[in-house]
Amino acid sequence: MLAVVGGLFIFEVIALAYGEQPAAVLGDLWAGTWGTGYGIGQVLFKTTPLIFTGLSVGVAFRAGLFNIGAEGQAVLGALAVGVVGSSLPESTPAVVAVPLCIGAGFAAGAAWGVVPGMLKARFGAHEVITTIMLNFVAMAISSWLVVTWLVVPETLHTRAIIEPARIWRLEAFIPGFRGSPANAAFVLGLLVAAAMSWVLFRTRVGYDLRALGLAPAAAEYGGVLVKRMTVLAMGLAGGLAGLVGTNFVLGYKYYHEEGFSAGVGFLGIAVALLGRSHPVGIVLAAMLFGTLSQGGLAINALVPKETMEILQAVIILVVAAAAGISSRRRLQA
Amino acid sequence: MTVPALELRGISKRFGAVAANRSVNLTVQQGEIHAVVGENGAGKSTLLQIAAGIQSADAGEIIIRGERLIRPTAARAIARGIGMVQQHFLLIPPFSVAENVVLGAEPRRGPRLDRHQAEAEVKALADRFGLAIDPSRRVADLSVGEQQRVEILKVLYRNAELLILDEPTAVLAPVEVDDLFSVLRVLVAQGRTVIFVTHKLREVMAVADRVTVLRRGEVVADARTSETSMDELARQMVGDAVRLPGVEPGLREDARVPPPSRDPALEIDGLHVLGAHGRPAVRGVSLRIMHGEITGIAGVQGNGQTELVEAAAGLLPYSGSVRLDGHPIDTLAPGERLAQGLAHIPEDRQQRGLVLEFSIADNLILGSQRRFSRAGRLLRHAIDLNARRRVEDFDVRPPRPATGVHALSGGNQQKVVVARELSRRPKAILAAQPTRGVDIGAMEIIHRGLRSARDAGAGILLVSADLGELLDLADRILVLYRGEVVGEFRRGEATEAAIGTLMVGGRAAPHPPRAAD
Repeated sequence: MLAVVGGLFIFEVIALAYGEQPAAVLGDLWAGTWGTGYGIGQVLFKTTPLIFTGLSVGVAFRAGLFNIGAEGQAVLGALAVGVVGSSLPESTPAVVAVPLCIGAGFAAGAAWGVVPGMLKARFGAHEVITTIMLNFVAMAISSWLVVTWLVVPETLHTRAIIEPARIWRLEAFIPGFRGSPANAAFVLGLLVAAAMSWVLFRTRVGYDLRALGLAPAAAEYGGVLVKRMTVLAMGLAGGLAGLVGTNFVLGYKYYHEEGFSAGVGFLGIAVALLGRSHPVGIVLAAMLFGTLSQGGLAINALVPKETMEILQAVIILVVAAAAGISSRRRLQA
Repeated sequence: MTVPALELRGISKRFGAVAANRSVNLTVQQGEIHAVVGENGAGKSTLLQIAAGIQSADAGEIIIRGERLIRPTAARAIARGIGMVQQHFLLIPPFSVAENVVLGAEPRRGPRLDRHQAEAEVKALADRFGLAIDPSRRVADLSVGEQQRVEILKVLYRNAELLILDEPTAVLAPVEVDDLFSVLRVLVAQGRTVIFVTHKLREVMAVADRVTVLRRGEVVADARTSETSMDELARQMVGDAVRLPGVEPGLREDARVPPPSRDPALEIDGLHVLGAHGRPAVRGVSLRIMHGEITGIAGVQGNGQTELVEAAAGLLPYSGSVRLDGHPIDTLAPGERLAQGLAHIPEDRQQRGLVLEFSIADNLILGSQRRFSRAGRLLRHAIDLNARRRVEDFDVRPPRPATGVHALSGGNQQKVVVARELSRRPKAILAAQPTRGVDIGAMEIIHRGLRSARDAGAGILLVSADLGELLDLADRILVLYRGEVVGEFRRGEATEAAIGTLMVGGRAAPHPPRAAD
């Protein structure tokens, strides 16, 4: 809360420096996000990928792992969604096509997450290094495949997915959202967050995973197979990031496009931090960051949208500092 | 009377719902050795950390030699001559003794550390206070007792007039305890003042001039040691009469219900284990523990006990063989060994034995997750039921299963570990330092638990730094020195002196070392 207020304050100072009325900028910010039906739809659309990457980073955090690779996992997930979605015969019923596409996204992301998991379990390679490197590899693979094999001439994207694989726009149910690409992937995100919460706190796998993250020595003592759990956690993290493609490919453009991810994987780290790696917190944090990035576009006419990034940065810094302070307090107690 | 070295007035401190200190008054005269005793969770460490400026009090005043310490911080307390030696040493192992001592207040030549000056100063300081140590040695190569001396030197180097030692004897061998006490006496003879925290009343009587007893955050007694007794102090600590281990005569010959059976519960053969830095830590240890028998392992810390236990538990690789109830378990992972009936009370309860952020209930199923889940789902109801039962059996305080274990005192944390391990109905138990740093009440409960597990037929390997505990509980005692068994004593033939000599590498006078079974 403090983080948001502090960030807004600095944001206002910047607005003043641009010679704009702070109140006017705030007004536009509100109108462009939560003030109108279209704005809300836009916010939800921008929130959706952050839920997936936030959960991805969050589940890795819970296991004591730092997944910087959500970006690459998301790219490959989206690519898989696009490829599977466009290869299916047009006559495939939606009940088959949609789950297949979602599964493909999860599987591709998971495969890309398992790699650093195995490298860590087998060779002790630090996941921060390997996941960062694998981001570049993932993007290169995606570029290469799209450009050489899959591209529709004159564009940078793959063929469109078949009609039945396309998921509902929310505007079909809530007319106020008209014009925004918010789609059923947002609902999927909420469901996945709920499932995540259940797995973490109600199942044995969740117990083992959290024990490993909090006290690796005690987890090993308590019979957690550390290597297996490391691979599993990274695979799960990758799969969650891979679901980003559902929002963009199944719900919006209907094809995979170069460079669509635009840093959602990295923003997922901030989302997971702010949400304290708790699924509910992650959904809320994703909403906040979704609001900010939509808000940046809304106020672009008055002040550069980069000021919104300053606001994000302030929030991240304050949250990171607060996390440090509270953990130190607990240590002293 | 001179001005007191330290006066605490009305110190109160709460952690959430728990009051650690309730308007505590404490006066320490200059030049005395002042012991602070109390059960775990009585608020001793908190009180002294407040005195040293490491924690801040919610209310109350700290008065140092007549002057109030305003807005206390550790730096201000040190500047006013108060230095604390923490229970867990804060040393940098690859650095030399001198480097560790001067860290943060280094003598410099230009921008560089003046190593010669540092070593000379540390040497002079060590000589003055009778702390035998070579300032150029690496801390990593020192024994625990020597590391403690480095910590004391650190405090003296910063001109501390008043030294606060938190449980200084918890990690020491008997010989080292004697050395520490003579150091304390030299300190006091040179005009310094010493406060130390302990659970061991014998030590209070041996070295302290004055003793303050804390119970549940309040001072319940304050007396000259010459005017009180161990029994009285023990009663004051716990609040009602307890049996003090080792005080009643005849306890050591206690009537054993069933005698040990002829079947081995745990057999270890030719065990070799590498320790840190790849040095051999256990070198060819063989032993056999029968059902219903407690075998004690005595030794100065760092002579292979830790590695012996961790290897048997499957947490360290080893060569040799381990058999549980006659079946080899060498290929089993740690969790599988637990499931087969090998309980393990680990030495490092905070890192190894507990997930501190988890609740009491969740910690009580660590290692038994499988038993408390069906089709991958945790059985919350069974977990809570189990927790309520264990908490009651072992008198864990506070008795709320949802409490995070990090909020418990050390003694209560250990009760959680022991309760969990004994509830497995184990065939054999590896108990490493099960009562280290816990108060009399918790010790009593833990010992009772171990005895009843033994009577139920478990074979117990008991590693302890506390010889009194080994003599009380063990049917026989093996002495470990540099990774080898150098002596064996049966119940009744063991004496502290004979074991102590072997522990530090001396020759056994009355009983020549015997090969282990």
